Parts: sequence; C-alpha cells; structure tokens
Amino acid sequence: MEGLKIIFEGSNFLRLLGGLWVTIRIALISIGLSVILGSFLGAAMRVRNKAVRAVCRAYLEIVRIMPQLVWLFIVFFGIVRTFGINLSGETSAVIVFTIWGTAEMGDLVRGGFENVPVHQYESSQALGLTKLQAYIYVIFPQAIRLLIPNMINLSTRMIKTTALVSLIGVTEVLKVGKQIIDANRFEAPNAALWVYGTIFLMYFFVCFPLSMLATAIEKKQKKLSA
Amino acid sequence: MDLAFISQHYPLYVKAAVLTVVIGGIGIVLSAVVGLICALSRYYKIPVLRTITVIYTELSRNTPLIVQLFFLYFGLPKAGIVLSSEACGIIGLTFLGGSYMSESILSGFQSIKKGQIESAESLGLSKAQIMRYVVFPRAAAAAMPAVSANIIFLLKETSVFSAVALADLMYVAKDLIGMYSSTTESLFMLVVAYLIIILPISLLCSVLERRLRRGGA
Repeated sequence: MEGLKIIFEGSNFLRLLGGLWVTIRIALISIGLSVILGSFLGAAMRVRNKAVRAVCRAYLEIVRIMPQLVWLFIVFFGIVRTFGINLSGETSAVIVFTIWGTAEMGDLVRGGFENVPVHQYESSQALGLTKLQAYIYVIFPQAIRLLIPNMINLSTRMIKTTALVSLIGVTEVLKVGKQIIDANRFEAPNAALWVYGTIFLMYFFVCFPLSMLATAIEKKQKKLSA
Repeated sequence: MDLAFISQHYPLYVKAAVLTVVIGGIGIVLSAVVGLICALSRYYKIPVLRTITVIYTELSRNTPLIVQLFFLYFGLPKAGIVLSSEACGIIGLTFLGGSYMSESILSGFQSIKKGQIESAESLGLSKAQIMRYVVFPRAAAAAMPAVSANIIFLLKETSVFSAVALADLMYVAKDLIGMYSSTTESLFMLVVAYLIIILPISLLCSVLERRLRRGGA
C-alpha cells in the first residue's frame, strides 16, 4: 500500500493533475481551432464546385489514413529537418491535432448539414426567406442540434489522443508519473501500479462525463424527433 | 533523400510491419470475439454479465490505449503479473477494441425490427435459431460499416505499441532517426509502410460495404 501513499505524498497528486492539464490544454486549443477551421472546411465540402470538393475530400482521406502518432513524428522530427524550424513538442502537437481535428470536424459539419432534410430548405424558400435568413433561422439551429453530440465525442477522442504527446518528449501526466515512480524507487517499489492506475482513472473521470453528456443529448434529440 | 540508406534499412521496416500486422491482427480478431460476447450479453440482458460489460465498455472507451498499455506493462508487474511486450500489445488492443466492437455489433442487433423476431417466433423457431438464421446475418450486414471503421481505427492504434518496447514501425523509425539522424528517409519509409498496411484494408472495407449495401437493401 505504500505505493498508494506516494500518490498523496507532498505535491505528487497536484503534479499529476498538472501533467494531465498539459495534455488537456493541447486538446482544448486544438479543439477550439478545429471547430473554427472545420466549419469552413465543412462549408467548402458542400459547394457545387467539384474541384473544391475533391481537394477537401483528399485532405480528409490523407489525414485519416495515417495514425496520429505518425503525423506527430512527421511534424516534430520532419519539419525541424526540412525547414530548420525548431518546434517544441507542444506546438507540434497543437499543429497536428488541429490539422486532424479540422478534417474530422469538417466531415461532421458536412454531415450535420446533409442531415437537415431538403424540404426544410424548400419550405423556407417558399416562405420567402432569403438564403441568409433561411440558414440563420432554419438550417443552422437544426444542423447544430445534430452536430453537438458528435462534437463532444470528437473532443473526448482528442483528449484521449493527446496522451500520445509523451512520445515526442512533452512532459505530461505519463512523464510526471514516471518521475514520481523513479523518485520513490526504493521507498515504494510498487508505485508504478498505483501511479499508472491513478492516471488511468484520471482520464476516465475526464472523458466519462463528456461521453455521458453526448449520449444524453443524443437520446433527448431522438425523443424530440420521434 | 538517400536511396542507399533506404535500400539498406528497409528490411527493418518489413520486419516491424509484419509484427504490427500480426499483433494487430490477433488483437482485432480477439476484439471481435470479446465484442460479440459483450454485445450478446447486452442484447439478451443477461443479469450480472451485462453490468460487467457496461462497466468494462465505459472504462475502455474513456481511456487512451497508451495509458492502458502503461498500466499493463509497467504497473501490473508490481502486482506480480509480468507480461511480455507482445502479450501487453495484444491484451491492450483487445481491451480497447472489445468495447468499440461491442457497440457496433450491438447496434447491428438493435437494427433488426421487432416484427421480424416476432414472425420468427410465431414460425416456431427457437431462440438460438432466431439468432442464427434471422438476427445475426442481417445484423452482421448492418454492423459491417462500423466494424470495418473499427478495424482501421485499431490498426492505426497499434502505432503506440512502441511505448511498451515492441519493435514496431514507430520504434524502428525513432531508432533510425536517433542513430543516423536520417529523418527524411526514416519518416518516408514509415509513411510508406503504414500506407501498404492500411490502404488495401481500407479499400477492401469500402468495397465490402458497397456490396452489402446493394445486397442488403
């Protein structure tokens, strides 16, 4: 049980929370940027011009086909090499997760608009609304309702995926955990079990409420539309 | 780009790619088995098993694979359970994938209309027969797109195996970057290797999906 004591000894628990905050901060910044850029991408995916749509589609597929960790390596190691710019691990992570998040978000926005039935567009036209009015008062509110649970799910995915930044040298919760384990190697030889168990639960308590929220909203909407 | 470097070191990537595919493949197959068991226990609302399944699903879906692997590889030995890197990779991937598969398969089961099952009952089919001949074939078709998305997702997730000292593609790439600072070549081979693994499977899945949609609808 000495391993459990280590977690609450001194400022260890706060340090772990601080480490968790590092990854969550990366996730939050990337989510914010992705929502803005992804809305534009989603809009671009719905224009009539085939070339624009093809470019967007290609961007989405290229981003999706590679594991996020490969992208992190490409940006973190590759950009330094090719352009001589020295990016910190955190900056690389924000770049990668924004590029990825924009692609996923764009796809969600596109899906959100496509799920609004065509007669909604037609009815607003019949009512004499301008295109802008139709979008503001009729289409957006419905598209966003469909979008929100998916956005929350994407956010939890982002938070989980940012745990990878420990592999490009960012001192986040796994690294802090390792420091604590190493520092107490002799006093608490079984600290690893408790520290990694705690980190596991920390992620759970961050992501679980978000997942529940998304499910609850989805259920409510299903009831409304039924 | 140094072609000599590539031709000299690509066998390392081949070996690593084989490892990724083998461990990933075993993990994915086991995920499907675990997922099917979980989905069945939730579909039939089997008392205790169902609660365990729900808890497991939430734990697995709301934590990152890398944290699960760290717990398995560095944490569990302190409790006397020592696992090899390979075993950790397979168990970790199955732990993660089982819940994703279970959700997809369950929604496949739930897509079968009640009327179908009632008709089967009135024809005198037993519960097992209904599952075997009525629910399962069509649920499998309905779940197929989600399951194939899971397969690709899990294949991509294998990239974190290097964190538990499995000599996979990321591990080799990082090694070569560290030893020879041949960043461009190492990253190029890494991307090519992943494309060779993931692209055919991704294409196969979309072909299957299209055929099922045509046949099933």
